[in-house]
Amino acid sequence: MTLLRTQNLSAFYGDFQALFDIDASVEEGETVAIIGANGAGKTTFLRAVAGALSTPPQTVLFDGQPIGDKTPHEIVRLGIAMVPEGRRLFPSLSVEENLQLGSHSERRGPWTLKRVYELFPRLYDLRQLPAPALSGGQQQMAAIGRGLMSNPRLLLCDELSLGLAPVVIRDIYQCLGVVTAEGTTVVLVEQDINRALDASSRFYCFQEGRLALTAPTKDFDRAAITAAYFGL
Amino acid sequence: MDWINILIQGGLLGGFYALFAIGLSMSFGIMRLVNIAHGDLIVLSAYVALVVTEDTGLDPFSSLIIVVPVMFALGYALQRGLLNQTLSGGLLPPLLVTFGISIIIQNGLLQGFGAYDHRLKEGFIETASLRLPGGLSVGVYPLVVFAVAVFAIASLQLLFYRTRLGRAFRAVSDDADTAELMGIDNRKLYAVALGIAMIFTAIAGVLFGIRTIFAPLAGPIRLILAFEAVIIGGLGNMWGTLIGGVVLGVAQAVGAALDPTWQILAGHLAFLAILIVRPSGLFPRTRD
Amino acid sequence: MATGAESVRVERATKSSRIFAFFAAALLAGLVSMPWWGDAGDMRLVGEMAYYLALAQLWNLLAGYAGLVSVGQQAFVGLGGYALFYLTGPMNLNVYLALLIAGPFAGLMAIPVSFAVFRLRGAYFAVGTWVVSEVFALSASLIAVLGAGSGLSLTVPILQEISSGRDLRNTILYLMTLGASLMVFAIVYLLLRSSHGLALTAIRDSEAASASLGVNTFRTKFIIYLATGACTGLIGALIFLQKLRISPEAGFSINDWTVVVIFMVVIGGIGTLEGPFIGMLIFIVMRELLADYGTIYMMLMGAIAIVVMLKAPFGIWGWVVKRYDLQLFPVGRRLTLVPPDDSPKR
Repeated sequence: MTLLRTQNLSAFYGDFQALFDIDASVEEGETVAIIGANGAGKTTFLRAVAGALSTPPQTVLFDGQPIGDKTPHEIVRLGIAMVPEGRRLFPSLSVEENLQLGSHSERRGPWTLKRVYELFPRLYDLRQLPAPALSGGQQQMAAIGRGLMSNPRLLLCDELSLGLAPVVIRDIYQCLGVVTAEGTTVVLVEQDINRALDASSRFYCFQEGRLALTAPTKDFDRAAITAAYFGL
Repeated sequence: MDWINILIQGGLLGGFYALFAIGLSMSFGIMRLVNIAHGDLIVLSAYVALVVTEDTGLDPFSSLIIVVPVMFALGYALQRGLLNQTLSGGLLPPLLVTFGISIIIQNGLLQGFGAYDHRLKEGFIETASLRLPGGLSVGVYPLVVFAVAVFAIASLQLLFYRTRLGRAFRAVSDDADTAELMGIDNRKLYAVALGIAMIFTAIAGVLFGIRTIFAPLAGPIRLILAFEAVIIGGLGNMWGTLIGGVVLGVAQAVGAALDPTWQILAGHLAFLAILIVRPSGLFPRTRD
Repeated sequence: MATGAESVRVERATKSSRIFAFFAAALLAGLVSMPWWGDAGDMRLVGEMAYYLALAQLWNLLAGYAGLVSVGQQAFVGLGGYALFYLTGPMNLNVYLALLIAGPFAGLMAIPVSFAVFRLRGAYFAVGTWVVSEVFALSASLIAVLGAGSGLSLTVPILQEISSGRDLRNTILYLMTLGASLMVFAIVYLLLRSSHGLALTAIRDSEAASASLGVNTFRTKFIIYLATGACTGLIGALIFLQKLRISPEAGFSINDWTVVVIFMVVIGGIGTLEGPFIGMLIFIVMRELLADYGTIYMMLMGAIAIVVMLKAPFGIWGWVVKRYDLQLFPVGRRLTLVPPDDSPKR
């Protein structure tokens, strides 16, 4: 069933229009990738879904319910969680406190502190440290863990690979695989096209705020993707 | 010049100033809001206690049972109803709205109680004193106030570092946008924060009203004293605020020892001196 | 087909500002001639409006344009007033000379003050300026030669230096106040029209961006702070010259010189030249209407200021500008496109 659908989704920052009539959908259990150049509107799309940008209610539907004008915290309660671009862990909080913060909305589900530590054992050793003391990769794991703590039905991941070494990125995507295997629906925004396409079953390509291309990732023609990516 | 006495008197006075400062510090730390009406809210608390003690016959300490919830509710309503709307507009709206509130409170009190001095009476404790070794004597009341200040700050630290609510406060203080994305209802949290700040403001108001005569226009100087304690101690650090209060109190005590009319001025001058030499205070902690 | 490139021209005046300039000139003529058709009471009221307007324009320059929200400008009012009284009293200087010195004196005092307060930002800056004002007030109350707590009075001989006849004296004082207010307005207006003004608008819009473009934000703000301090001092001297007495409480009164001024600017429209006029008029009219209800009136002003800040942050004039795109005092720069030359087509 369709878990997330956007219809004619447009978004503005003041007078600047960042998204133009995006129609997209994500089925429950799927992993969908969003790719595109910088400034294409990928993060804006995620933020609109997460409620950080207010849009007309019917433009974003979650499980059939219009959520376009809901506040971010209401949307977390409904079951959407964000792993923000740049991690954005809370610097005054320890690693464990960051994870606990993720469960502030008190949604029930399989993800507990214990399970997050099972998924990311390294975090358990680092749990008392202040968040900024961690390396980039560890912070990314903590950010994912924090998102999971709200037991989301839909996890939005913004640029997981940003600033990380390839071997670290590989580990993170392996862990993400465990998450999706549990049935969590994932939308991931990625600059690293290969990673994005390997991890997903379908993709959307954004170009300057518009949807340039969408298709299943399996066997898709890379040349066509490149063309859409750069607007050729 | 009896230096030990000056240090003790000034230090204990610092407890008062720290109590004044708690609410202001919370407001700024969590909401980034400098509440110009803060001093007037302290005075308002004293007036609420006055009404309660006169109507119920309770003594001021006991009147806190009523005053504290009333001021909590007022803080919650003020933030939720009015101040939350000022937070996204930049510098001017919060400043000018709290300024407007300050004027309204002052003139409302003038209208309701007249321009007269009032005082809360708690009885013998106001003048009781304790004998210390070395021939010193210390007022019991200032000791009580200092102890309350320490207890207040300690309990706030507990709240911030050991509770779910405190965790949320710290997260919002770090990054309000991301906090909301994690499921925190910022608007409600800010209202609770001001409510809690007002609990301490109420306590400060009642304790102050017992010790000093107060009048409707006594708010602004309290705001300034609280402000000075926070800045001297350094932003973002409650224990630093206590030390800031002590430094301020000692500076005032030194001034007063030279000449009683120099007390407040001495405090201001110490504040300005520290501001020039160490602008971020003695123990700053917030990143801004 | 050959076409010339379009070029742009920078224009200052708008049609509405030209119409307004005409009416303003007429109004000014009326005010200046008032000593000949009005009475002492009228002159006192208009004089008061003039000095409040000047204080409002100055506060607006600081807060609305330079982004320096000061809650301590009353310090300079008091400094100017005390300078006048001290120079004419114990120092026995001629009153006109003392008036000329009072402003610059206040401006000079702004220098050490800025060392302290410029360390602070935003609302902290505001409270810091307030503390400084309190320091001046307390100091004045402790200095014997300044009359300590009771202050100083102007003696008759000093007043006679202006004129021995009371009517002439009132006329001279009125015209001086009017003239000073006009001068302050002219200074603010010219400043905003100049490149400094452009810098200020840039700083106001984005301090970081303007700094990266090479605008020396610190120096611009510092100069503005000094200039407004000096002008405020001059106005303060004129105010207390007419009040005949000064005390620490009156000279450095935050309620009289700052609260009222802030309300005027906020309600009228902060960051606009027209706003302070409107705010001042509203304040005066309401005060005359509610004269007997001092505290209620202040509560009402406070409530109106709050509502304005929340619903119409640019004040009444800001609302007018949005709706009608008016500007009576041209400080902005408008770009107009000059059409290309008509070239004959072949």
